[in-house]
Amino acid sequence: MSEEASVSRRHFLAVATSVTGVVGLALTAAPFIASFKPSTRAQALGAPVTVDISKLEEGAMVRVVWRGQPVWVLHRSKAMLGALLDSTVGLKDPDSNESIQPPYAKNEGRALRPDYLVVIGNCTHLGCAPLERFEVAASDMGPDWRGGFFCPCHGSKFDLAARVMDGSPAPTNLTIPPYRFVGDELVIVGEDAGAAA
Amino acid sequence: MSAGPSGVAPTGGGGRGARFIDWIDERFPLTAMMKEHVTEYYAAKNFNIWYVFGVLALVVLILQLVTGIFLTMNYKPSAEDAFASVEYIMREVEWGWLIRYMHSTGASMLFVVVYLHMFRGLMYGSYKGPRELLWIVGMLLYLALMAEAFMGYLLPWGQMSYWGAQVIVSLFGAIPVIGAGLVEWIRGDYFISDITLNRFFAFHVVALPLALILLVVVHILALHTTGSLNPDGIEIKEKKGPTGIPLDGVAFHPFHTSKDLVAIIGFAIIFASVVFFAPEMGGYFLEHANFEPANLLKTPDHIAPVWYFTPFYAILRAVPSKGWGAFLMLASIVFLFLLPWLDRCKVKSIRYRGWQFKVALGALVISFVALGALGLQPATPLVNTGARVFTIIYFAVFLLMPLYTSRERTKPVPERVVYHGHE
Repeated sequence: MSEEASVSRRHFLAVATSVTGVVGLALTAAPFIASFKPSTRAQALGAPVTVDISKLEEGAMVRVVWRGQPVWVLHRSKAMLGALLDSTVGLKDPDSNESIQPPYAKNEGRALRPDYLVVIGNCTHLGCAPLERFEVAASDMGPDWRGGFFCPCHGSKFDLAARVMDGSPAPTNLTIPPYRFVGDELVIVGEDAGAAA
Repeated sequence: MSAGPSGVAPTGGGGRGARFIDWIDERFPLTAMMKEHVTEYYAAKNFNIWYVFGVLALVVLILQLVTGIFLTMNYKPSAEDAFASVEYIMREVEWGWLIRYMHSTGASMLFVVVYLHMFRGLMYGSYKGPRELLWIVGMLLYLALMAEAFMGYLLPWGQMSYWGAQVIVSLFGAIPVIGAGLVEWIRGDYFISDITLNRFFAFHVVALPLALILLVVVHILALHTTGSLNPDGIEIKEKKGPTGIPLDGVAFHPFHTSKDLVAIIGFAIIFASVVFFAPEMGGYFLEHANFEPANLLKTPDHIAPVWYFTPFYAILRAVPSKGWGAFLMLASIVFLFLLPWLDRCKVKSIRYRGWQFKVALGALVISFVALGALGLQPATPLVNTGARVFTIIYFAVFLLMPLYTSRERTKPVPERVVYHGHE
């Protein structure tokens, strides 16, 4: 074998060995990277939760935990609904085109039934839990405040349909989880008429 | 390292101790390494007080490693037990409170000395060629330190631990397309949970300390390759005496080490005062909300990270858009990496630079401190407006740097360092 052929053969072997090594490393890394994903147990703990709404008065809100996230169920009064319907001005995404919700909640009240708002209470900005500020024209919220939610972390404001207001750092409305009613007394969060989330 | 076995001629004879050193030197370059990095490493004799913060950072890092190991012996990294185990350390482990307060105070003090160390670098041009790589390794150290501090802050599993982690992890959700999946991957769950706590613990006590130690070694090796700069920004290696030793240099040991020892003692007095008399530092070192266990359903009314992160947090908040806020926050750190190339001025030290650089450095420091103060406040419209103004100033300093540094009228740089010693 000539000197030149030997050199090119060595070069080929070196490249082939390196490539095989890199591919092997990448394949070996895959299980380690995958081990970071939610485990089977974490997935199982993400099962749906049932909320009893039979004793929830008008204007009252109950918090439950679903997948470690706060889920709010708000029984909206007539006055609250009235304030919602005539105030699409000053909303970032009034028709919820950019926001996450099941198709049956993509409407004005962002709800399956107008009188009940079911929403994940994590700000879409950076995940803080906004506070309930239902008092109309509360002194610290300004005279135009129609009641809604206020995130203490970075000042995002949401109305009573969890729609984000202009000037808030949050990019979209709060997320609506999949849910369904069982009669007039129970809400099941994490599952809808279709299938479990 | 340039010194090889050839630099270690056996001294021959001598006492039993010298023979033992010879025995080691034939098997490991102990004497050669000591000479290269300690007894025959020459640094300028005109160092001022700004040159002690690198050593202090190393001292606090070691303190963090030691106190951290002892905390690990009693801490339980689970959502169920974490908060209670920290209280257990504070109340029931003998001297546990001291070890924990040393660790929590050490975290803040490490950032204090690192920020002063970085400011020294800015003032005297320590980032300029040929020290670009030294500066970049230092910036990587700063990033690793931020990750270490952030993950460590989740471990006590208090309200601020929990919601701080929630906010910072959510930042990754701002990345287009992969964001949501990435956030879930980092948390290992659908929320910040026991699983997240457990993996942050692994990073905080194993992975990141290893990375920090490695980077410190690289940082020091790079420093000892280029040599330390000095307040005059002069390369002392360019003026060597007949022995090959820089004329303006003195050996790191015993000259700089004895000076550093004074600084370490002074620092230890301040450090101990904080640990014993103000371990919470009025809520700046240990935030009051963190004395409540994590509550998934209730965000504290006012949420702010620990003081050393607040300048970046203020930049994030100043932008009324999630994606751009996160982007600017990242950019504010990336610009620091690019400093060696943004600064076009040939003169290194602020002593001989034009007014443009002095104004810019002042503006940078004022905006950084102001952003830090604003980041601690609740997000009122006034605070947001202020944060926007200082964010613009901060970025202007970097973006305009190639322009104003190339127009600087500098003063003549002396041949030798300026030194008023007792000769």
